[in-house]
Amino acid sequence: MGGSTNGAVAPAPATAPAIAPQLAEIVGGANVITDPRQLRTYECDGLTTYRCIPAIAVLPETAEQVAAIVRACGTVGLPYVARGSGTGLSGGALAPADGVLIVTTKMRRVIEVDAANRRAVVEPGVTNLAVSQAAEPFGYFYAPDPSSQVVCSVGGNVAENSGGAHCLKHGFTVHHILGLQVALPSGSLAWIGDGTCAPTGYDLLGAFIGSEGTLGIVTKIVVRLTRLPQAVRTLLAAFPSTDAGGAAVSAIIGAGVLPAAIEMMDALAIEAAEAAVTCRYPPGAGAVLIVELDGPAAEVEREYARVLALCEATGATEIRVADDPAERAAIWRGRRAAFAAVGRISPAYIVQDGVVPRTALPDVLRKISSLSREAGIRVANVFHAGDGNLHPLVLFDDTRPGEAERAECLSGAILDVCIEHGGSITGEHGVGVDKSQYMPKMFGPGDLDTMQLLRCAFDPTGLCNPGKIFPTPRLCGEVPGLRRGAHPLVVSGQVEQF
Amino acid sequence: MRPGGPADAVFGMVPAAVASPGTVTEAAELLRAAAGHGFAILPRGAGTKLTWGTPPDRCDLIVETTQLDRVIEHAAGDLVVRVQAGLTMVRLAAELATAGQQLALDVPAGTSGGTVGGVVATGAAGPRRLRYGAPRDLLIGITVVLADGTVASAGGKVVKNVAGYDIGKLFAGSHGTLGLITEATFRLHPLPEAAAYVTVPCAAAAGALEAVRAAIDSQLAPSAAEIDRPAPGLPVSVCLLFEGTTDGITERVTRMREILGEGARAGEAPPAWWGRSVAAAGATALRIAFAPGALPSVLDAVDETAATLSPGILRPAIRGSAGAGVLEAGLTAQTPPDVAASFVAAVRRRLSAPPGWGDLPGGSVAVVHAPAEILGRVDVFGPLTAAELMWAVKNQFDPAHLMSPGRFAGGI
Repeated sequence: MGGSTNGAVAPAPATAPAIAPQLAEIVGGANVITDPRQLRTYECDGLTTYRCIPAIAVLPETAEQVAAIVRACGTVGLPYVARGSGTGLSGGALAPADGVLIVTTKMRRVIEVDAANRRAVVEPGVTNLAVSQAAEPFGYFYAPDPSSQVVCSVGGNVAENSGGAHCLKHGFTVHHILGLQVALPSGSLAWIGDGTCAPTGYDLLGAFIGSEGTLGIVTKIVVRLTRLPQAVRTLLAAFPSTDAGGAAVSAIIGAGVLPAAIEMMDALAIEAAEAAVTCRYPPGAGAVLIVELDGPAAEVEREYARVLALCEATGATEIRVADDPAERAAIWRGRRAAFAAVGRISPAYIVQDGVVPRTALPDVLRKISSLSREAGIRVANVFHAGDGNLHPLVLFDDTRPGEAERAECLSGAILDVCIEHGGSITGEHGVGVDKSQYMPKMFGPGDLDTMQLLRCAFDPTGLCNPGKIFPTPRLCGEVPGLRRGAHPLVVSGQVEQF
Repeated sequence: MRPGGPADAVFGMVPAAVASPGTVTEAAELLRAAAGHGFAILPRGAGTKLTWGTPPDRCDLIVETTQLDRVIEHAAGDLVVRVQAGLTMVRLAAELATAGQQLALDVPAGTSGGTVGGVVATGAAGPRRLRYGAPRDLLIGITVVLADGTVASAGGKVVKNVAGYDIGKLFAGSHGTLGLITEATFRLHPLPEAAAYVTVPCAAAAGALEAVRAAIDSQLAPSAAEIDRPAPGLPVSVCLLFEGTTDGITERVTRMREILGEGARAGEAPPAWWGRSVAAAGATALRIAFAPGALPSVLDAVDETAATLSPGILRPAIRGSAGAGVLEAGLTAQTPPDVAASFVAAVRRRLSAPPGWGDLPGGSVAVVHAPAEILGRVDVFGPLTAAELMWAVKNQFDPAHLMSPGRFAGGI
């Protein structure tokens, strides 16, 4: 905890509660929380297996207040962590025990919808859906749409580079941000990106988005708005197995069609969804595919005809087509409820997030199935079939001895399978605290070392959301890169090394 | 490795040596050895963009990527390709086309397009950036060699991937100042079945903005919305690209012509100016980035500044991605250097009013390429927001300032 560096400021030893009066001066006493019972609200984010009650929580209302809080923490060497809506699934907003949790829920103004320039400016606490709702009267929407969009904050989306079901065609948060005002660890407020599609200098915007709150705290966000599509076509297709569903997906992609979304659920996930929201997906299906096409009506109609034909050709046992928004919502209801739904068929579960190349999906699903059998732990599969992003839901009964451990073990083994197949340990939920141990399996020491150079540039004292992403923090200020071979001074003959 | 010769000169600076590593390991050893001697390093692919940016402070060693030119893996089923940085864009396109796929980045017509590494390092994009973005938007993995010889990879070969920092985006557009790009992995798109262009002449910028807006608001989803205006006072040509299915295109183009009215023409071939720089080598090209709704202000700024500074002499041509908000303004090769330099500074001053969100810059004016006499007189990149932060990044990745020193914004 805290900075263990030889960076700029030597932090004075301090405990967080000592800073409370100073924080009260910045945000007002009502916005500083020191009562342990109230602080419990913030003891975890969406990943409830990691809990830590912060020493203090503050709720700033302006960008200047956020910067002042960061300065105050920096002066006394206290770590700080930003939290939006607390829906994250990797513990990225896990609070510091002896530090300050900076909660952005009071910063929720939509500052401006600038339709003429197809952009909007919002504060970080605004919910993802609220952005689209604000843009809708102008005929626009905010494209990245995580399933938690009713609750999750845009600031959190920026930290995690969130995707959502429609990212296959529409991209992720990083493709939809034109500028960020950031409270930097140095204590100043700065804009990165300039509101246009071609800013000068390094793409710090691209590097910051997805940095999981470790490089600074976002205080204003300029989002790109997308014109609402002319037409949307949604269909649900049932298949006898995930293999057959996967073959349909391959055929669709192979035909040159790029749907807005392709989602798949296996039999166990369907069972759970049915128990939770009575979505009435075709009974007995080994897998269901949800395919959504959007764009100009002239294209959507033709693409839809092709998708329909390909689903039939690859063995769909039933196909349902949405003819209006209500039917579209009905098709999506089961998928959107899937994570929470497994709570109906299992006392406890782990939501995993891994990626494999799409073409490896059949092999990987078979492997998961076999690992599941060996461990005696059930796994329900929900995934973004178009891009290989898996969400295995590892189901267990935590009252039975050893099951929780076996579930954790299986969940980790699934990530190993993803890495073996050339994939990733996280497609959208982030590394946070949950997966930092896996980073060395995916990246070499030189890779991790180099990534952390960025951290040293933004946060040399290591106070901004420390302990996240990287298992071993880098000492800033040491010469970067691993030493291989002779020191340059030795090579040039200026010194001898003993 | 061979000694540098006159043909290798960059802005008159002849490097002591030119090296052409055949593998990433060789490149790493080369850079490590060069660092030991404090050599300033300039990466070079096909050399098509070496004249972009400020002349370097020093240039001791050119590291050529021409031997690193393989397609490492084209996973067509996954719409992903991994390549070495020295592969040319044209050769990559040919390889991908055999599977009906593309890396959706435009290269100037009639050129090799340069190398993959050069395109990523300069962030070069063309008309279809409106739909597909710039190189950074399509890049999903990268391998680089730092000045001290460290080899580092980030991202991977899957499109959904948020593990670790996105070093690829950091290197995209960094003009060789952070390290040498040796490999890049991209997400691909299917090649469209058909394409068509709809062109309409507009009397002035206001009309052009209306046409571009109408196209985007129409929900007909153009892949590009470009303008061309050869000189002040002449009409502005607006051209829209539609990609999709053969029959779908026909419908959309018909509808677009209805919306744009008389004068709108459709065709299968782009206009001759499409995707080409507004200024040939030896002339001066500025890049202006702006919020798309400000198109008339940008054209006014360019024309009025030209008229004020040097009526009759300065008649800037304008061309580019009006829909996306990036244009080029071109001055002829005969433009006197001091006039050109004054023009750049004046246009930049005129366009520097922020949009009302504190100190968000709202746009920029940069010199893409210009004769040496003009480069010596202008601030090529203009003011840099977050300059301190950018220098901090530079100092972490290249503390000895060996990688393309002085080539970039803010003196980096």
